[in-house]
This record gives sequence, C-alpha cells and structure tokens, in this order.
Amino acid sequence: MDLTRRKMLALGTSALAMASLGAVPAFASLTDDAIAELTGGADIGEGSVTLTAPEIAENGNTVPIGVEAPGAVEITLYADGNPVPNVATFKFGPLSASRSASTRIRLAQTQNVVAIAKMEDGSFQMAKAEVKVTIGGCGG
Amino acid sequence: MASGVKPRVKVPKTAAAGDTITIKTLISHKMESGQRKDDDGNIIPRSIINRFTADFNGQNVIDVTLEPAISTNPYFEFEAIVPESGEFTFTWYDDDGDVYDTAKKITVS
Amino acid sequence: MQLKAKTIGLVTTLSIACGPVWADPDTDQLTINGDITIITEAAAPSHMEYIDTIYSGWRFRSDETQAVQMDDFDNPGMLGVENALAAWDTEEGSEGKSCASCHGAAESLAGIRAVYPKWNEAKGMVTTLEMEVNNCRETRMGAEKWKYTGGDMTDMVALISSVSRGMPVNVAIDGPAQSTWEAGKELYYTRTGQLELSCANCHEDSYGLMIRADHLSQGQINGFPTYRLKNTKLNSVHARFKGCVRDTRAETFAPGSPEFIALELYVASRGNGLSVEGPSVRN
Repeated sequence: MDLTRRKMLALGTSALAMASLGAVPAFASLTDDAIAELTGGADIGEGSVTLTAPEIAENGNTVPIGVEAPGAVEITLYADGNPVPNVATFKFGPLSASRSASTRIRLAQTQNVVAIAKMEDGSFQMAKAEVKVTIGGCGG
Repeated sequence: MASGVKPRVKVPKTAAAGDTITIKTLISHKMESGQRKDDDGNIIPRSIINRFTADFNGQNVIDVTLEPAISTNPYFEFEAIVPESGEFTFTWYDDDGDVYDTAKKITVS
Repeated sequence: MQLKAKTIGLVTTLSIACGPVWADPDTDQLTINGDITIITEAAAPSHMEYIDTIYSGWRFRSDETQAVQMDDFDNPGMLGVENALAAWDTEEGSEGKSCASCHGAAESLAGIRAVYPKWNEAKGMVTTLEMEVNNCRETRMGAEKWKYTGGDMTDMVALISSVSRGMPVNVAIDGPAQSTWEAGKELYYTRTGQLELSCANCHEDSYGLMIRADHLSQGQINGFPTYRLKNTKLNSVHARFKGCVRDTRAETFAPGSPEFIALELYVASRGNGLSVEGPSVRN
C-alpha cells in the first residue's frame, strides 16, 4: 500500500483521537450531575439501549436522533456539549409498543449524545454516540 | 407564540387488533431556546413547547418532556399498540400556557 | 485570490487521495411519498459549455438530510405549503378575491414553476413567480403587495412549486428572454466581493469538493424554496443569492432587482431537465 500524505494524515488523526478518548473524561460534569440526579447514583449498565445518531451532522440546528430500549419505562437524552445538557425525556405509557422514539435536536458543537433508560425493574441502562457538528461552507 | 402554531399528525386510518402502528407528529413552533441574543445584545426569552403527550381511548402512549435542545418545529416518531377502534389524542403544552391539541380516529378490524 | 486558489487546491488534493466519496454527488435516487419520481441527474443543457451532467443539490446531501425530503410529513417545508393553502382560499383586497376565485384549486398551476422566470409580454420584461404573485395581488385582488422574500410570499411560491414536483424545469432562454438570460450569464461568471468569487468558481469549477465542512453542490435552484436545517425556515431563491453574494464579501443586489431576476433565469436554465422539487430540504 502506498502511504500517501492523505493516509498519513488520517492515521495521525485517528491515533490522536484514540489518545484523547483515553485521556478525557467521558462526560462533561453538568451532564454527570444531571444523570446522577436521574439515577440517584445507581450503577448504569450498557447493552440494552440503541441510540441512532449521524456520525456527522450537516447542521447542528436539526440533528435526527432515535432511541430504543426494550423494557424501558422512560428514556432521557442528554447532550454533553450543550449549554443545558438535558434534551428530552420519553415516558412510555401502557399503549407504547416498542420502547422507542425519534426526534430532531440541537447540538451546539461536536459532542456526545447520551441516552439513559430507566428499566421496568428500576435499573438503568445507557448508550452514547459522538456526533460531529460541522461548520457550513462560507458561513452562508 | 400562540400565533401560527399548527399541529400535524400522521396515523394510519385502519389497523388489526393488537397491531403496532407508527405515529409521526410535527408542530410548527419556533422553540426559542433562551440562549440567543437579539441585535441589541439582549437575551431573547425562552419560549418553547415543554411537554407533548399522546393517548389512545384515555390510556397513555407516550409522555415527552421537551427542553430547549429540541429543534424548531418539534418532530416525534413513535409506536403504539391499538387494542380496539377509537381515538388518539395529541396534546402540546406551551411555556406561555397555551395548549394545542388534535385527535385522530382509527378503525380496528 | 491567492487564498482562494490555495484553499481549492488543498481540497482537490484531499479529494483525489480519498477517492470519490467527496468528489462526486452520491448515487441515491429521490422518490417523494413513494410516489413522485424526481429527476436528480440529467444531461446538461446544450448551452452549458463546461459541465456534462447536472445534479440536484439533493444528491450532495447526507443520507439523514436526504431522508427528510422523501416524505411530505417529515418535510417541515410543507408547513409553509399548508400556510399558503390557507392563504390561497382567503379573499383579500378591494376586489374581494382569493387566488382560488380565479385559479380554482392550486393544482391548476401545475407546470407553472417549471417555466419561470418567463417573458411577460404585457410588462415587456422577464418576470419571476414572486412578481406574478404580486401582480395578481395588486391588479386582480386589489391587495397589498407581499415583501419579495417574506414568509407569505415564500410559502406561496412553495405551494406553487409543490404542485409541479417531478416535472422537468424548462425555462425559455431564447426569443425576447435572451438578453435577460445573457445578462444573467454575465453575472454568473463575474467575480464579486473581497474574496473575488463568481458563482462559477464554486458551483461550476468546484462542485463536489468540500468548502470547509460543506459538500459543494452545483448551486441548482430546482429545489427552491428550500427548507434549510440551518435556519429552520423556507428560503427563497433571491434570499439565497443574496447570502451567497454577501459571503463573497460584496454589497449584494436586492431581492427582486433586475440583476437577480436575470441571474435567476440563467441559473434556472442550468437546471433545465432536472425536476422541480420545491420545497426541498437542505443543510
């Protein structure tokens, strides 16, 4: 394989990204606080929540997000880089089918979207996804 | 923000008993976040829809709390079980106290 | 100019290295409501010297943005169409008429969007849809004119576009419209502003490349009015022209000015063969 300049750049970037993932705490503290308030400090498991979000949002003003967590009674969405981390809470009633919902949200910058599901047994599950928010062309 | 707010919902007209159906809702609303400033540098006060509910024959399907991070013209898609013929009711609650609602009938065969 | 040349140069290097992912429009096909087939790719009209194939801006957008336009319920631009449908039936002005009084159903205007801007014999000039809407309001309804890029106007143009969706754009560029078309072409290739950019620099020479994080389209206007995720409202063609010219750091022409009318005719003619798809959804 020819190691072009572009590929070098790409390799360099991903190495950097890996390094920073290890170094930086997973959430901003405002989001930690908001999640702690929801869970009362209980352990949060992973694996039961599916969070659907674009890897790159063409505009941060309108980003399509979907969540699904079979067995959840409610799901709360957070955006850890927004001025206010809470985004929405979906409480599922008796006639809810799949415990899923989709909406469109605002993201002020590249950040993690976090979904915390409260399950029927009172335990908590989470999923998160990084969404890169891009800046438009010439500002127009 | 009471002017120009118009709810839209998409619900199938018919279903079989116990079927899962997909519902979509969209309401025209600015969702002023309270984070923006006007040309004079003053904060534009928050004015959003803060809650949305969907019920069927008096039983809840979904109850959503909205924060300012929900985009202009709030859009939701979710699934419901329809045990019998009846009516879905959809309600949006505005910060200014206004309530917008709409209803859709569905026939179960 | 130095800066611009460098920027485009850099982008070119990157996109060659990483293959066609960035360099071209995608290959997705657009059908709206599972029903209206939209032509998003066509052979360029013969008057275009430097481009062989024309593409709708839809083909340059991400899958998520594309999806919003594929169902009218999901497309917030249709909120504007609904507003206009109410206005369509509203009697206004000294004559007590509505649009419906003369035109009947809005569907009676199917095909109109596809051929505008168009030569207006009575006025002796090329007119846009916005001008014709105001012409109706003033002379037939005795009502106040709408602001050229105002919400009422853009909603109404979206309604008139929506009933022509799927029909190929086919504006006339010869006959009495020819001199206006030529003036528009002249503008298209004229560099403006401190950045010294013409329409062609970005939308003809560089479409498919990235301008910062944005995938540059051909600047086609078959999808206007367009609902932008950026400002969450319907945007008119002339408002978009103004934004583009402003971004070259130039004093812009006014919406509704002879310059923008001519430019609209010319840019529309570069899309002859693509389907009308307004109200579209873009970033």
